[in-house]
Amino acid sequence: MTVEDILKETTPAQKELIHVLHRIQAEFGHIPPDAVDVVARHLRISANEIFGVLTFYKAFTLAPKGEHVVTVCLGTACHVRGGVRIVEEFERKLGIKAGQTTADGTFTLETVNCLGCCAIGPVVVVDGEYHSLVTQKMVDSILDKYRAAVRPS
Amino acid sequence: MRKLTHPDHLAEWRAKILDERPARTKTIVVTSGTCGQASGSLQILDALRQEIDKRKLAETVGLVVTGCHGFCEMEPSLIVYPQGTFYKKLSPKDVPAIVEETIVNDRVIPALTYSDPASGHRFSRQKDIPFYQKQMRLLTESNFHIEPERIEDYIALNGYQALSKALFDMTSEGVIDEVKASGLRGRGGAGFATGRKWELCREAAGVPKYVICNADEGDPGAYMDRSLLEGNPHSVIEGMIIGAYAIGASEGFIYVRMEYPLAVKHVSRALDQARKVGLLGPSILGSEFHFDIHIVQGAGAFVSGEETSLMASIEGRRAFPRQRPPFPAQEGLWGKPTNINNVETWANVPVIVDKGSAWYAKIGTEKSKGTKIFSLVGKINNTGLVEVPMGITLREIIYDIGGGIKDKKPLKAVQTGGPSGGCIPAEKIDLPIDYDSLVQAGAIMGSGGMIIMDEGTCMVDVARYFLGFTQEESCGKCVPCRVGTRQMYDLLTQITEGRGEAGDIERLEDLAKTVKAASLCGLGQTAPNPVLTTLRYFRHEYEAHIADKSCPARVCKSLVSYYIEPDKCIGCLLCKQNCPVECISGERKKLHVIDQSRCVKCGACYDVCPVKVRAVSRLTGTSRERIQP
Repeated sequence: MTVEDILKETTPAQKELIHVLHRIQAEFGHIPPDAVDVVARHLRISANEIFGVLTFYKAFTLAPKGEHVVTVCLGTACHVRGGVRIVEEFERKLGIKAGQTTADGTFTLETVNCLGCCAIGPVVVVDGEYHSLVTQKMVDSILDKYRAAVRPS
Repeated sequence: MRKLTHPDHLAEWRAKILDERPARTKTIVVTSGTCGQASGSLQILDALRQEIDKRKLAETVGLVVTGCHGFCEMEPSLIVYPQGTFYKKLSPKDVPAIVEETIVNDRVIPALTYSDPASGHRFSRQKDIPFYQKQMRLLTESNFHIEPERIEDYIALNGYQALSKALFDMTSEGVIDEVKASGLRGRGGAGFATGRKWELCREAAGVPKYVICNADEGDPGAYMDRSLLEGNPHSVIEGMIIGAYAIGASEGFIYVRMEYPLAVKHVSRALDQARKVGLLGPSILGSEFHFDIHIVQGAGAFVSGEETSLMASIEGRRAFPRQRPPFPAQEGLWGKPTNINNVETWANVPVIVDKGSAWYAKIGTEKSKGTKIFSLVGKINNTGLVEVPMGITLREIIYDIGGGIKDKKPLKAVQTGGPSGGCIPAEKIDLPIDYDSLVQAGAIMGSGGMIIMDEGTCMVDVARYFLGFTQEESCGKCVPCRVGTRQMYDLLTQITEGRGEAGDIERLEDLAKTVKAASLCGLGQTAPNPVLTTLRYFRHEYEAHIADKSCPARVCKSLVSYYIEPDKCIGCLLCKQNCPVECISGERKKLHVIDQSRCVKCGACYDVCPVKVRAVSRLTGTSRERIQP
């Protein structure tokens, strides 16, 4: 699906902007900078406005993410149960900081401020799959699971 | 299903649903909200389906997949009706035994039942478990019986009857009067009187009018709105339609944060269903009232939970708050009168209309009516969502419902209200909980997050955590919040890293005052609360960090050293094997030593050292001197 296909299904109004950006992000894994002008023309707003919006919200990125996105929850409940240690262990194992992507493009490491499943914290979500009561020891095996998985083409 | 074009059609449909319900001897209800699924409920469901198929029981045994039942700690769990037998922490291999024993032979399997951590007593029926006994589940009880993706289940429980009553037996003003008389206050945090808010919007000039459901539940540690939307989306939708009728709104929006994909799915589905049968759209139930609801997904910004920011976000702009007045009731979405309420507030509306304001106003305290859902998390035995009448004490919530503190440790504090709230110390455990008592104690009700902390929680670290959160989520529009929270966060970081100086506490208080007074929106105005309440009740901990360079709870890394006591170490290798940076040396049955220069202070060695040995110590303050060169 191209950006034009996505826009075909939306009315040309600014209120559709965040919805459109979500769909582009889902389709391409990021917001390709070239798409911004196309969206701007369709919604009849400035590219400047769109850059403002997409850099404001955490959901959108201009740079491509890794094949697998590791999200570590740092909500209050996960924090008091040691979520920070889990992030640090991922940082050590992947050799990157939270918010970065590994050089080979396999993993992106992110943190989130509460996924609302506080009973099973610390929680780590990889590509939408939840891992509960995560300990530092489990970090390696979690990563291995996705290292082995080949991305469907 | 044909469209409902007359109020009688609703009752007819309900009768038909009940009539066509297959007669089952047993029904297995599996809780499968987000936490249920994360704990493995889907595997339990697969195993149950296979087993039921294998034994050809599909005719007589029903399988119901519901949203969250609130007892998150025990998931994956299920209930077998009509007995109400509750089984907890299941694995797929328990399933054949459950079907054989409980379904076929009608016997309880004691090993799978709940055992109370305080008394050790086992409870086989869900209703008898202390966690549920003291609750009053006005809004959440239906979660036991409703498949969120089936509108029929909601109808069967008298769903949309309150809407029918409002549309055909009451005037718009009558609905507002009823909500006013009920004493319902906004469950989103501030506690503004809901009926009055509706009235202001109804009286405002301008068309069209809008209603919004704020489901941007961003407070870390709070997830009651998610549970309502996931488990019983129609109750929120019904509340919104009634509200729209009372206010005279023609369009509604549900703004859901993007971190809740399952809620988005269930709400979208519920909206489609309601539209299909004529409960949304033109001439609802054949009346002259037209109304529809759209779902809008957030994009990951905490500030969009603030009402003016949320509206900017719906309009497709950056979620910047703006000055009030004008309030949304006068100038809201696209400049039109708009009423915005939180998920839980909307879900209360059908209950009030159905049972009447007099009945509702009997629940709770003088100025806080009804029930409140809290998410009980942190160092508590029974983590979960609890719905309790206003006015219940913290003690009842923590010990009777929550089963006490993990590992029987003493309670230190309870944090309520998320980043806008505060910490209530253990001494105030007999405080009856309502909007006003919490404010007096320095905290707020907020959306209902309740984080239980034991002695292993450092209050300075907690304050720093929340300031880090608000600082990162500050939208940057106004200086007091953008710069002030940053300065406060830096000061707190300094203190937790042992670089605190005399006068830092006063500087924090000074900044807190400015940020509170001068910030544009609720985010900044309340951001200093976690610091102010911890200073009010735990000032000595700040002083210990600054003056003695010690962290009494032994949490702040820079002030703590891990050390293996030579006379206690048995050389079991556990700490060495678990050290993520391999900085522990030693052989089997020989003393292990931590290389302090390489230690990252993750605490893994402390956690794995056997309880009977306790050779790894956490040292802070002057006690660290003995290991420093």
